[in-house]
Amino acid sequence: MEALEILFTASFWVAAIRIASPLIFATMGELICERAGVLNLGIEGIMTAGAFAGWFTVYSGGDLWTGVAVAALAGAMFGALHATLTVPLGLSQHVVGIGITLLATSLTYFVYRLVLPEVTSPPRIEPFRPFAVPYLSDIPLIGPALFNQTPLTYLAFITVGLVAWVLYRTPLGLAVRAAGENPAAVEAQGMSVTAIRMGAVMVGSALMAVGGAFLTMSAFSSFFFEMVNGRGWVCIALVVFGSWRPGKALLGAILFAAFDAYQIRLQQVAEGIPYQLFLMMPYVLSILALIVMSRRASYPKALMVPYQKGER
Amino acid sequence: MRLEAKPMPSLAQSLAYPLGAVAVTLVIVSALVVAAGASPFSVFQLVLVGAAGTPFAALETLTRATPLIFTGLAVAVAFRAKLWNIGAEAQLYVGAVVTVVLGTGALPLPAPILIPVLIVASMIGGGLMLLGPAFLKVRLGVDEVVTTLLLNFVVLLFVSMLLEGVLKDPMALGWPRSASVIAEARLPRVVTGLRLHYGFVLAVVAAIAVWFVMKKTTLGYEMRAVGHNAEAARFAGIPVNRVLLKTAMISGGLAALAGFSEVSGTARNLTLELSPGYGYTGIVVAMLAMLNPLGVVAAAIFVAGIFVGADAMSRTAGVPSYIANVMVATALLTMVTAIMLSRFRIRWR
Repeated sequence: MEALEILFTASFWVAAIRIASPLIFATMGELICERAGVLNLGIEGIMTAGAFAGWFTVYSGGDLWTGVAVAALAGAMFGALHATLTVPLGLSQHVVGIGITLLATSLTYFVYRLVLPEVTSPPRIEPFRPFAVPYLSDIPLIGPALFNQTPLTYLAFITVGLVAWVLYRTPLGLAVRAAGENPAAVEAQGMSVTAIRMGAVMVGSALMAVGGAFLTMSAFSSFFFEMVNGRGWVCIALVVFGSWRPGKALLGAILFAAFDAYQIRLQQVAEGIPYQLFLMMPYVLSILALIVMSRRASYPKALMVPYQKGER
Repeated sequence: MRLEAKPMPSLAQSLAYPLGAVAVTLVIVSALVVAAGASPFSVFQLVLVGAAGTPFAALETLTRATPLIFTGLAVAVAFRAKLWNIGAEAQLYVGAVVTVVLGTGALPLPAPILIPVLIVASMIGGGLMLLGPAFLKVRLGVDEVVTTLLLNFVVLLFVSMLLEGVLKDPMALGWPRSASVIAEARLPRVVTGLRLHYGFVLAVVAAIAVWFVMKKTTLGYEMRAVGHNAEAARFAGIPVNRVLLKTAMISGGLAALAGFSEVSGTARNLTLELSPGYGYTGIVVAMLAMLNPLGVVAAAIFVAGIFVGADAMSRTAGVPSYIANVMVATALLTMVTAIMLSRFRIRWR
């Protein structure tokens, strides 16, 4: 198989969309937090917690959608902790975020070892099955990629539409965006910046956790340590790459995932090049994207600025 | 609710809040221990005995604290200037790679010359590793948190490539592992037969040196000024960007010393298991020490004690050793909250 032919195989695009799905959830989650003015570095740990919570729910007999709900709930709880410390108490979002990642990750590993003390190979669950949309999935190339995926992938795309609609077409979305741009104006409208930001962080964290749950419930069907493997940090880069806009961030996630799917396939074609160089490419690409985009990045103006009622 | 600045806290107050944080951490961890079906009292006792109950255990704790002092100092220096270096893990590995490249026979020098050469070379390597993200920050406004985080993964893959390629020990029978450093490149043991090595002494000296630089020199003053308020510092004529780049060199260099001392002091060779996340734990160490360089030594010993003690405890009590990571992360969050509460009063209205 030649390096360019890969791009014209359906399996490549199917893989790209599948790889993109968890990133889409988590990127939307981070985007909501940052649009409200809170950088959420808890993302990596929250994804780990979500991956385990969803998997464990199904493993102990729950059905798949209950697993997704439990994952979202677990994410929202870590989000609530993050928000309590960073919003009303105004603690450093960097330090708290790293702390949440360390706490969520270690708590997940602790609980995993507690409930499965002796397992060497992680047990599997019956994951989400691909669902072929009638007729649409028959379109060559695009059909299988977009319309023969698991329900969670469809949910990821719906989430992007929903986030975009809420952010740009509803009063709530206006309030969230204003909380990240000009919190004093929000307060002047009689709304609580604290409540808006805390809500945004909790909802955003729930989405991150669902992104993590995708890994165990749709992609790999079992939970193992370090499975999130930097995806959370990549999502933070994707938010910058997407200029804090849901549509552009979606495009970034798909582009990134296509690149990731491509390097996996290229490894098999390119002989003699160390495979680590290919594995590095997604991270290097994220850094390059940050460098290119940061010149014209327009950060939400109140991002990482704690807000105190009555302060100017 | 709103926050009001308190007057300078008294000594009793400034001690009461951190102690309160420790108490809250112990309560939360106790709940998890109970959930694991063990008694918190006996578990904490086992951790304590495992960390410091015998001279052997205490020396093991100091050995484990050594890399944490270096990464803790690296983070403390950077965070003081509000340079968010989350890449100590990468810088640690760069220091280890430099040590292995120069220390496995490439430089046939006697130990009193070779060891200082390795120290300086790995510091330069680690410093350059952070200089890139710092440069991107000051020149292009690229957030250093994300770049340093992502570079951790890049560097780890790079090390993996080296260990399966040019640095691979031909005698290692397929294991991705480098050759051992020569005898002249090894830090001597403090007590013959035990693992504690002079890297610990070097770490304490580094802490004193960093304290001196931060407190008594112009550069230290400038770093603190930049961290306190970069705009005001610039207005006062401090070359903010240059100070940040110098901070990056110092911080990256300190983190690289953790890699040097681990290879030269304990591991002797380089594997991907050299650091179980010392770079990330360094953040906790620095925050527990409230970014004070001398406090970093105490915080590193405390955190190392939890890890060493929990390892011993989990073998006997059956509570997963990840309890140590939970405890350390919880301590970080309660401690930053306690520091805030010691400085501000919450008004509910």
